[in-house]
Amino acid sequence: MRFLTAKRRHRAARPALLVLALLLMGALYAAVAPAARVSADTGTSQQVAEGKALFQVTCSSCHGMNGEGTSQGPSLVGVGAASANFQVSTGRMPMANPGAQAPRKKSTYTEEEVAALSAFVASLGPGPAIPTAEQYSGEGLSAEELAKGGELFRTNCSACHNFEGAGGALPTGKYAPSLRGVSGQHIWEAMRTGPQQMPVFSSGVLPDEDVQAIVGYLETLHAQPSSGLTFGAIGPVAEGLFAWIIGIGGLCLIAIWIAARGARAK
Amino acid sequence: MAKPADVSTASPALATERPPKPGGMPSGVTGVATWADERIGLASLLKKNLRKVFPDHWSFLLGEIALYSFIILLLTGVFLTIWFKPSMAEIEYQGTYQLMRGLPMSEAFASTLALSFDIRGGLLVRQIHHWAAMLFVAAMTVHMLRIFFTGAFRKPREINWLIGVGLFSISLIEGFAGYSLPDDLLSGTGLRFVDGMIRSIPLIGTWAEFFIFNGEFPGDLVIPRLYMVHILLVPGLLLGLIAAHLALVVYHKHTQYPGPGRKDGNVVGYPLFPVYMAKAGGFFFVVFGVAILMGATMQINPVWNFGPYNPAQVTAGSQPDWYMGFVEGAIRIMPPWEWHLGGTTWSWNVFLPGVGLLTGLFIVLGAYPFIERWLTGDTAEHHVLDRPRNNPTRTALGVAGMTAYALFWIAGGNDILATQFRLSLNAVTEFMRVAVFVGPVIAFLITKRICISLQRADSERVLHGSETGIIERSPDGGYSEPHAPIHIEEKYTLTQHVQNTALQITPETDGHGVLEKGAGVSRLRALMSRWFHGGAIEKPTAAQIEAADHHADGHGADGHAVDGHDADGHELTDSEESSQASR
Repeated sequence: MRFLTAKRRHRAARPALLVLALLLMGALYAAVAPAARVSADTGTSQQVAEGKALFQVTCSSCHGMNGEGTSQGPSLVGVGAASANFQVSTGRMPMANPGAQAPRKKSTYTEEEVAALSAFVASLGPGPAIPTAEQYSGEGLSAEELAKGGELFRTNCSACHNFEGAGGALPTGKYAPSLRGVSGQHIWEAMRTGPQQMPVFSSGVLPDEDVQAIVGYLETLHAQPSSGLTFGAIGPVAEGLFAWIIGIGGLCLIAIWIAARGARAK
Repeated sequence: MAKPADVSTASPALATERPPKPGGMPSGVTGVATWADERIGLASLLKKNLRKVFPDHWSFLLGEIALYSFIILLLTGVFLTIWFKPSMAEIEYQGTYQLMRGLPMSEAFASTLALSFDIRGGLLVRQIHHWAAMLFVAAMTVHMLRIFFTGAFRKPREINWLIGVGLFSISLIEGFAGYSLPDDLLSGTGLRFVDGMIRSIPLIGTWAEFFIFNGEFPGDLVIPRLYMVHILLVPGLLLGLIAAHLALVVYHKHTQYPGPGRKDGNVVGYPLFPVYMAKAGGFFFVVFGVAILMGATMQINPVWNFGPYNPAQVTAGSQPDWYMGFVEGAIRIMPPWEWHLGGTTWSWNVFLPGVGLLTGLFIVLGAYPFIERWLTGDTAEHHVLDRPRNNPTRTALGVAGMTAYALFWIAGGNDILATQFRLSLNAVTEFMRVAVFVGPVIAFLITKRICISLQRADSERVLHGSETGIIERSPDGGYSEPHAPIHIEEKYTLTQHVQNTALQITPETDGHGVLEKGAGVSRLRALMSRWFHGGAIEKPTAAQIEAADHHADGHGADGHAVDGHDADGHELTDSEESSQASR
């Protein structure tokens, strides 16, 4: 301690202390901070390079050369492979024209190209990965589990997507799209990444079993027969329209026919 | 038969033969008829009414659609009550519908699922019942519009109009109660909507809500209560009012459209038996058939897709059945006006478009016959209907009302419009906020002009005949279209209406300087009356028609019944030709 006391006014004492403090902080940080996820293994680096090339041709005008985002499109750092897979394979990206919302359309990419783009976007920063079938598949669920999926759907989804997943309106031209014919994988990806207007339902909110139940419910619901023409399953508005057109319209025609017929003395 | 008596071994009863009746009717029918007549006096009742004359027009069958739908509702409703359990007790569903297995739900919803999936024909009957309900209210609406536009509500039928308005209003309650019974997510949301409307009533709202729901929404009594309303209270009222409605139709006799031989003092048509027995009876089965076809082929209210009601859930596309759609629309487009006074909230944003519009509609409907009478001062009895064009302001008011209703109605589906036609929800809402005020005014002006144009066309047709479509060229080069005179009967139809004139202000004192009370026409009334009668075209007078006939006869010598008017107007005389050439 004498040494420290004697040398504490030395010229080098302050810089040395600073270096020491920095070292301490660095060591502490290294000990406490989470380890960076190691995602890019050597086997996919070729795929990432292909993805990057494709990205720079078809995506970079809005999302920037390295996915950092521009005034036209958001940054893709950290959105994860699941997000890229959802947006591209449902045809939402690349956007054909700027609007309130990117509509679902036919994807022009092959599966390999989608995989390469997803791998590149995943390499930009850690995010949700593309799920495996065990994570989203609604196959083989019991009736009770499917019913629970229906309850979860009505609690979390139907307010925007309608009771049958037929879709619904959102403010200023935005909308919740129809869920008919949407694969379980895309539903999982949409819930985990929150595309466009959709909120994120993280695995802490709805674990994978719940997503599976919802997917299973929707698949069963859409496979079951209806009790007649459904008019798009959009509820009482369509029913009222057809009550008037077919019901009252048809009966008026019959009334005209009845009044014009019979008991004519002429 | 009148043989001398023989000794016979056969039973006398077997040998007895009844003497033949002079009419030659089958003895069984006569027997039953006589038996009944001797006990309840059926013959005189039927004799009087079987030959009752009704006029023939398709629009007179619109009310019948409503009546027959009501009968279908009674029949199918009885079937549904056998299986439906009006209870809000919570149970765990263990029925056949897989996607609800194990869910907690009310007995009402579980029994609706059972009706749909386990009871043979239950789903069909449910769908027929629901479609018939939609038809019932829709048929009442079109029937009411027919009455309105033809002026059939005038003296002596004001009371029957009021009964009709009453029927229409309680039908909305009936329909809403039925919509709420299954206790599914959609009907529960609808109930929540009405709960909000009740709560928005100033001062008594909360109290009324607690009274109806027996506490906080949703409570556990509202379904049994609505069940009572739906199957006992309102149907009873409906039956009574329908009976009164029809009795008054018989008492007043049916109105008829104008035509030759049709006057306020007669009814031209066919007798009830056999013509209308066959037509009306047949129409009943047609209406029933249409309802069954709709129930069999068109899905309605798929409660198994909605799920049981849970106040924590809601679905996009939550709308009421069509007849409550205009209230839904009014509330959807209403700006958020609210007062906060002290610790109280005054929800004008719900009260005005909800309770206000609903009661306002029925007040306006009920008051209209009396308002029109005040405007016209017309105290005569009317059994011949108005042609809508001959009362332009009434027709225009009716179309304006329909426009307002339709716009509110459309606004109730603003989200469906936005999704189906790729529109912005906000744009639809903001457009409707303006359109519900501007639209009716535009509709009023356009309809009034159309009516007046049609009157002018009628007048033209009476005076100048119908266009023949033949263009004739005269020797000196003029072109004209000869008009063929129309039949005298058509002329009668086009000119039979009474030319109403606006009321004039009566002096406040009579000739002796005494103040007159009651009978006078005030300045306001005269002003409103002038507005009501404004713009109407004078119908051709008898002298004008006679002059026109003579005019046409003069030109008819060449074999065509040429109307001179057009030819005179378009033929160029020599002097005109020369003056044109000199220019």
